[in-house]
Order: sequence, then C-alpha cells, then structure tokens
Amino acid sequence: MLYREAGQFKSTYAEDQQIFPIRQDRIAVALLLAIAFVVVPMVANQYWLSAILTPFLIFALAALGLNILTGYAGQLSLGTAAFMAVGAFMAYNFVLRMPWLGIIPSFILAGICAAAVGIVFGLPSLRIKGFYLAVATLACQFFVLWAIQRIGWFTNNSPSGVITAQTVEILGYTFDTPQSKYLLTLGIVAVLALLAKNLMRSETGRAFMAVRDMDVAASVIGIPMMKTKLLAFAISSFYCGVAGALYAYTYLGTVEPEAFTLDLSFRILFMIIIGGVGSILGSFLGAAFITLLPIFLNVLFGAASHTFGLDISHAIVSNIELMIFGGLIIFFLAVEPHGLARLWQIAKEKLRLWPFPH
Amino acid sequence: MTNLSFFFEVLIGGLLAGVMYSLVALGFVLIYKASGVFNFAQGAMVFLAALTFVSLLERGVNFWLALVITLAVMVVLGIAIEKVVLRPLVNQPPITLFMATIGLTFVLEGLSQAVWGSQPHGLDLGIADVPMQWLADSTGMFISQFDLFASGIAAVLVASLALFFHYTRIGRALRAVADDHQAALAVGIPLKNIWAIVWAVAGFVALVAGLMWGARNGVQFALTFIALKALPVLILGGFESILGAIVGGLIIGASEKLAEVYFGPMVGGGIESWFAYVIALLFLLVRPQGLFGEKIIDRV
Amino acid sequence: MKRTTFALALVLAAGFSGSVLGQAKEQFVPANFYWVGPYAPGGSGFGGGIIDYMAMINERDGGVNGVRLTWEKCETEYNNARGVECYERSKNKGPTGATVIHPLSTGITYSLIEKGTADKIPIISMGYGRTDAADGRIFPYVFPLITTYWSQNTAKIKFIGQKEGGMDKLKGKKIVNLYHDSAYGKETIPVLDIQAQKYGFQVTHLAVPHPGNEQQAQWLQIRQLRPDWVILRGWGVMNPTALKTAARSGFPREKILGVWWSGAEEDVIPAGDAAKGYYAAAFNLPGTHHPVMRDILKHVYGKGKGDFDDKSRIGSIYHTRGVVAGIITVEAVRTAQAKFGKGKPITGEQMRWGIENLNIDAKRLKELGATDLMQPLKVSCKDHEGGGAVKFMQWDGRKWNVVSDWIESDQSIVRPMVEESAAQYAKEKGITPRDC
Repeated sequence: MLYREAGQFKSTYAEDQQIFPIRQDRIAVALLLAIAFVVVPMVANQYWLSAILTPFLIFALAALGLNILTGYAGQLSLGTAAFMAVGAFMAYNFVLRMPWLGIIPSFILAGICAAAVGIVFGLPSLRIKGFYLAVATLACQFFVLWAIQRIGWFTNNSPSGVITAQTVEILGYTFDTPQSKYLLTLGIVAVLALLAKNLMRSETGRAFMAVRDMDVAASVIGIPMMKTKLLAFAISSFYCGVAGALYAYTYLGTVEPEAFTLDLSFRILFMIIIGGVGSILGSFLGAAFITLLPIFLNVLFGAASHTFGLDISHAIVSNIELMIFGGLIIFFLAVEPHGLARLWQIAKEKLRLWPFPH
Repeated sequence: MTNLSFFFEVLIGGLLAGVMYSLVALGFVLIYKASGVFNFAQGAMVFLAALTFVSLLERGVNFWLALVITLAVMVVLGIAIEKVVLRPLVNQPPITLFMATIGLTFVLEGLSQAVWGSQPHGLDLGIADVPMQWLADSTGMFISQFDLFASGIAAVLVASLALFFHYTRIGRALRAVADDHQAALAVGIPLKNIWAIVWAVAGFVALVAGLMWGARNGVQFALTFIALKALPVLILGGFESILGAIVGGLIIGASEKLAEVYFGPMVGGGIESWFAYVIALLFLLVRPQGLFGEKIIDRV
Repeated sequence: MKRTTFALALVLAAGFSGSVLGQAKEQFVPANFYWVGPYAPGGSGFGGGIIDYMAMINERDGGVNGVRLTWEKCETEYNNARGVECYERSKNKGPTGATVIHPLSTGITYSLIEKGTADKIPIISMGYGRTDAADGRIFPYVFPLITTYWSQNTAKIKFIGQKEGGMDKLKGKKIVNLYHDSAYGKETIPVLDIQAQKYGFQVTHLAVPHPGNEQQAQWLQIRQLRPDWVILRGWGVMNPTALKTAARSGFPREKILGVWWSGAEEDVIPAGDAAKGYYAAAFNLPGTHHPVMRDILKHVYGKGKGDFDDKSRIGSIYHTRGVVAGIITVEAVRTAQAKFGKGKPITGEQMRWGIENLNIDAKRLKELGATDLMQPLKVSCKDHEGGGAVKFMQWDGRKWNVVSDWIESDQSIVRPMVEESAAQYAKEKGITPRDC
C-alpha cells in the first residue's frame, strides 16, 4: 500500500535510469543520509562513533572493493588485507614526503598504488580460475606484508615497523574529534559507494558480470578478457587501498603490518558472503553484521553472567563466543546463501504487496 | 663440513619437512576428491585431534586407548560435520561451502580450547627429535631420526590409503563418488554415507598429522596455521591427487628450505612466508590444474 | 516470540543496570586481555595474576584505604581493532572512569597512545610497548615500566659477557639474533648493532616468518655460522620450535638466551627435553613462596575466588608477571591517594601522577612481601622506565632456576637512543616536551 509505484511516471530517460526509480526509495535514502550525516554525530556517544560506526564504514568500503572483484567479476581473492596495507602505508608515505599534496589527494594516490599492486597480482587470473586463483592471491597477501616489513622505506625506517598516522588536516581544518573523523569517513565512503553503484550499472559492470557468469562466452562476444579482469583487480584494489588508508588515519591512528593479516582478508570475505555477493547494499549489511556480532556476543555474555551470577571462566566464554560466531556463519550460509541483501530484496517484494496477500 | 654436504643436509631436511606438509595436505585432498569441498577446517581438525590425544595422555589414559578414543572422536566429528554443515549446503556453489568450512574452523578452534583449555602441551611419541649420531659422525650431516620416522609413517599412511581406495568396496565407492556424483547415485552408492566415511577418514589423517606435528613443535593453537603451509602443496600437486600431495610436498619443502638458506640472506631473510606460494603460483601459470590435478574443462 | 524478546530485554537491562548501580567508593581497572588464540596462555596468565592481586587487596585489606578495586574482562584477541574497541567500551566505567590500561600488546599500545593521552588515562606497557616512551617528557601518559626492550638487550649482552669471562672477551665473538619477523621482533636490531660496534662482536640477524612453525632453514644457517650465542626473540610457537629445531641441529641449548616473552613455562614445556639448559631473561620471578603469593593463595584461592581453574598455573611466570602489574597498579593508586585524598577514588589524571611518582624501594617491597619477585622501582618525570634491571633463569626440565643477580641495563647506550627517537616523534606530532 505504501510501497507502490502507481502514479509515478517517468518522462525522460534519465528519470527512468536513475538508481532509485521509486519515490519511496529516494525518500528513504535521503532520510538515511540525513540521519547519518546530521543526527548521528549529534546523538551518538564517543564509543559508538569511534569504535563501531567508523570501523563499520571502513570495512564496508573494503567489502565493497572485494565485492566488485569477487561478486561482480567472479575472481575469488584472498589478498584484500594486503591491498589495504599498501593503501595505508603508501598514504603514510605520501603525507610524510609530500605534505603539500593534502590528505584527500594522498588517499587517492595511495589507492592508485594499491591498484597498481592489484594489477600485478591480478595477472595470474588470466590463466588460473576458481580456488587456484584464491590460493594464488594468498601469494600476494604474504609477499606484500613481507615486502613492507623488509623494505625500510615504507615505514620511514622506524626500528619497530609501527608507524603513527599523521593528523588529518584538510584546508586548514583538523579532523581530530571522533565526530569529524566519522564524518570524513562517511563522506568518502558515500562518494565511493555511489561511484561503485554507477560503475556496476554501466558497461564496465556488465562486462564484469559477463566474465563472472561465463568467461568463454564473454570473450566470444567480444569482451576483452585481459582488460576486463585487470580492470576489476585495479578498481577493487583502489577501494581496498582507500579503505586501508582510512583504517590508519581515522580509526586506529597507527599502522603496522600485523594489522593486515590473512585473518582480516577472511573477515572481509565473510562480509560479502553474508551480506550478499554481487550487491552494493550487501557489502554494507555484511560489514554491519560482522563488525557488530563479536561485540554483541561479548556484551550479551557479560550481561547474562552478571544477571545470573554465573562464574564461568572467561576463557571458556571467549571460546564459546568464537564458536557461536562460526556457527552463525554456517547457519546464515545454510539459511540464506545469497546473503542479507537477498533477504532485503525479498522483504521489499513483500512490501510492495502489503497488506494484500498477492 | 663441506659445502656439498651442507647442501645435501638442507635438501634432505627440506624433503623431510615437505613430507610433514604432505601429511596435512592429504586430508584436504581426500575431502576435495570425494565431495568437492575445499575443507579449510582441516588445520583445526589437526589441532583438535592432537589436543584431544595429548590431553587424554596427560590424564593418565594409556597410549593406545587414547589413540582409539581420539580416533572415535574424529569419526564422530566427521559424521556430525557432514550432517550439520554439508547436508544443508548441498547444492551451493563451491565458494559458499568454502566459507562454511572457514566458519567450521572457528567452531572447532573454540571447541578445542573450551573443552581442553588453551595451555600448550608437549607430546612425546618415544622417538627423540635428535640427529642420528652415526650419520653425524660419518658425514657431518645432521638428519633427525624423528623426521625419518615421520616420513616412514607418511609412507605407510599413503600406502594404506592407496590399498584402501583400490582394493576395498568402500574405497572403490569413494572413487566413484569422486568421479561423478550422479553416476554413483545411479549405480546405487549411498552418497551421504560415503561423505560421512570420507570425513571420518580425513579425521584419521588429521590425527596422524596432528601427532607428528604435535611431537615436533608441541601441541598448541599455532598448529592450525600448518594448514596454510599445505595450500601451496595442494596447488602444486593438484587438489584431487594423493600422489600430487606427496610430490608437491617434497618439491615445496625442498625448494623453500634451499631458497631460505641460499637466497634469503641476500634479501634480508624471512622469505619462507611467501616463497612456497610464489613457486606454486609460477607452476600454475604453466599448468593451471597442478601437476596431477584434473584438467578444468570449460563448457559454454 | 514476543515473550522471549521481552525476557531477553529484561536480562540485558538487568545486566546493564547492575553495572551502573553500585557503590561510589570503587576504583575500576579494565581487564582487557586475550583468552583465545595462539597467545592465550600469556594473556590469561597475566590477566589472572593482576586480577588475583587486586582480589587479594580487596579481601585482605578491604581495598586501598577502603576503596575497593573493581574490574571487567574484555576479550581483545591480541588484535588492534578489538583492543581499541575494548578500550573505548571500558574507559568510562566506574565512578571515575578507567584508572589505567595494561594493553599487553605492543600493537594495541601504539594504537592507544594518542587516545589515552587525549582521554587522560595512563597506559602501562610493562616490559613491552613503545620503548622511546621511557622519555616521559614527550609521553606523559605512557609508562614502559620496569624494563624496555632496549634496556633488556643491553643487560643480555652483559650476561653473555659475564658468561664469557668479561666484557672484553666479547671481542671477536659471534652472536646470532633469531627474531620473530614482526614489529616486536625487529625492535632490538639497532641496539644490537650499536653494541656490536662498541664491544667488537659480530652480530647476524636471522628472521623467522610468523608464526614460526618451521625454523629448519634458520638453524641450518646458524650451524654454518657457528655462533657463540643465539639470542632468541620469539613469541608463541616460535619458542618451543626454536628449541626443538636447535636440538635437531645439534646446537647446545646452554648457548641460547631468550627474551622474557620467550621465557615462560608455556614456551619450554612443549619442547620437552630439548629445552633443558636454555637461558631466559626475566624481570619478574616465578614461585609461590613469596609472602605476597602466599597471601594470594590464602585470601583468594582459599576462598574460591581465584581466577585460574587450573591451579598448577599459580606461580608461573605469566601469573607472577600479572601480580607484579597488580602491585604497581595498587601502589600507584596508593601514592595518588596520599596526595589527592585518602579513601577517595582517583581519576586517570591523578593516577598518572601516582605512577610518575611511584617509588617502590627495597623496604616497601619487603612490606608488600614481594622481595625477590620484582626489583625496586623508581619512576620519574624524565624516566618512565623506572628500573632497568633483569635477572636470568635457566630451565632444568621441570622449573626455572634463577642463575644471576639483578643485572642493570646500560643506560649510556639506551638513553641517547630513547631520547633521539622520542624527539623525532615530538617533532612529527608537534609536541612540546615537558619540563622535568
């Protein structure tokens, strides 16, 4: 009843092709953005801003990158964390050695460096497919981390290899409060997400999906394999690189190679699987799920043992949290293999009919 | 000690290390062969098996009894995994199954440590991990007797697996299922039982691998990372071949050690973390399905 | 469905309210450590130690001048992001907020330095963390107490010198630095190079890739080099693997000297017989015979309030390390209370003052019952390390035996490096050093 298109007419091609053709959708998204940009910084406390929302946005961006590569282009990659590491360290180096550039251009350049690395390690995809490609991207993951540790230039020859990110200053305004960092991250992520959505609706996106579905047929109809696959790696790595730079500058404040382990790559892969492969919204939903779940479990267990006075050893509690995390992932995969985005789609379909049964 | 004998020492040490990798890779191969699932949880299974065994030993259970009990646990675990994880996901794309096994890894890791605690344990199998004196005296090369023992165990394991697959009815059924699920069903082979058996056998292989690695480095959480070393072995050898796991292991082990000793100092060392992967990657560029893997045929 | 949601909401509300209501005379200390993952033995051991000591103070003395200590555990998984999240969650708990943070991880320490300084919550990185934070003029809120990595390293070279018969005998000797290929592992490379130049020994640095399950290649290289000593700078599984591989390569364990993160029971027991004779550094000593440990056994475990389920871990290296951290925390609270008001909970800023003016001398150690458990500690504005001495132990197959006296670090080498590095940080961040 509420979610009907009846009465909404499109008179130009532009109107017909917009991302949100239904007016209710447009209103909802505008509202969401208003809340995110205006209400949240005013209302949310520091814990929520710096420990939950900012990392959620950063991981959503990385998940977006991986979704472009794995979800849309079908190239399974386990090297996401390595691309983030390249972005983080290169951003640090650009800000350190060329401070006149400014933060945003440094982030963009860092993303381009990550894209370059992505292209190099994407070359095997021209010959290798499926799981073999995934394991080949592991070579990238380990090699990049080793290179960053070994080559002192990346860490400005610091003896420990841990570098502290500089303060973010754009046009004279310093971003050092949780609110300002959150807004900066939100702004960058919103712009990049819009870019990604439009990219995936364009010819490039269609080429990616063709390669994913049946690459032999795609090359038969004239889609250039090498260019398409390498472009997918490049764009995906760019996103991951920017996410890595944000991870260092607006969230943790320090960068060390150990923060970008295989574990992180798997986490991001989880996000896109649970959120929905091949869906921009899915990246956000999956990131929210994976970021919030461990904290939720931790708080739940804490509250439960408080109320019931249970004196379970904390080691057992932590291990049970781990088991529940793994169990929920399996459960989710069994119940809805296409992820949360599909659940959302089903909900929208039902909403169109509501309150009528059919 | 001459340069040549040092080279041989590195080479033989590398080959023996490679055998240890193959032990873990075998478990992967078994499961992939029979059910097409890339079981990332194999590392966690190795850990669970080793931890259960050593915890039973420390509680005073007799060695052979503990072995039997642990084996029973792994079999039960295999059946449970097939029922709870695989059956609901039966027609999903491989990546979903892969992700499910990663979720399974977390469950098994949490379970092992929740039940048995997180303290590391030493495991003594009765063979001391010391170099053989007569060899050291005669050639100056230090080869550990434990490494040779582990290779012996691996050889016995591979031989018995080969016999199992070729000469028993269940083994033949497993090969049929690995070849073509539909055809196997058509002939009347009970698919679900077969998968449960495969996971149980993989659990047994995990137990052997866990014992060997646990005796070598101690039984602690880091045992789960051994799975990552087995992956390049699998790429090289092909995901579906037992022989490939052995040959791949030997090649990876030897080249990794030789590279670290002779090439490593030139670039600052520590190249073992990625060298095996890069070798496997280069191999794949030449032969995309691994040495002994099945050729991937694209049907349009 | 509605009923279960309601019940769940009640549970959560009760849980949250339970932590909000409470007495005002409480001092909250976050217990953000790790109980899962490859480093769980260290995290759970240390956490158990500090909690046991605080529980003992509550039970035996009724708190610090009547102010009871409270704590809440949060799992950091030895992961920077989780560590930051736990910190944010716990920093406002308790009537005066979090008193002090023990991150128990160098990576998390680095991530918290700016946050702690901004939130006015001191960070104690006892025996790890950012070494140049020993210069308190530039790092007012960070305390790498007792000994830093660089100090420890100089003490190690002194010990080796002792074993060789004098520092002059070091000339021409070969030392291999076998380190974990991580930020932690690489920290001591510069200080070793400087000492190599000063004393005339040859140092070779060999990296072991994380996690260190395989060290065959490194130990074969060591065999070729034939060094006089190997310094083992490992973490987790790298330690027992190193000892076992050394045995396999025929290298005598009596020539291997480990850092204190390679010197716990959990590092040597998995290696079995291969670990006999191995030396390790320590700034806290194991055992249950010290009066303070006996008090913990009596007042805490005797009443069933001990943190460990496995009683055999009481008195282990990680446990006593946690106890030492507890002693430092409580003494700093006491020092702060003496200045800012006895019997009142203190704030993080006041705690910072308390730590900076901490003076645990030999007399006080005796009163605490901790003589021979830790060394005397005197912190100052300029010197946030406060101690600098290390003892050495040797593993005999069943336990650690102390084989040396407190060996002081060589501050003539370490302090200039610390000040140089801290000055660079100050320049990068635009911090004006305090006047001390």
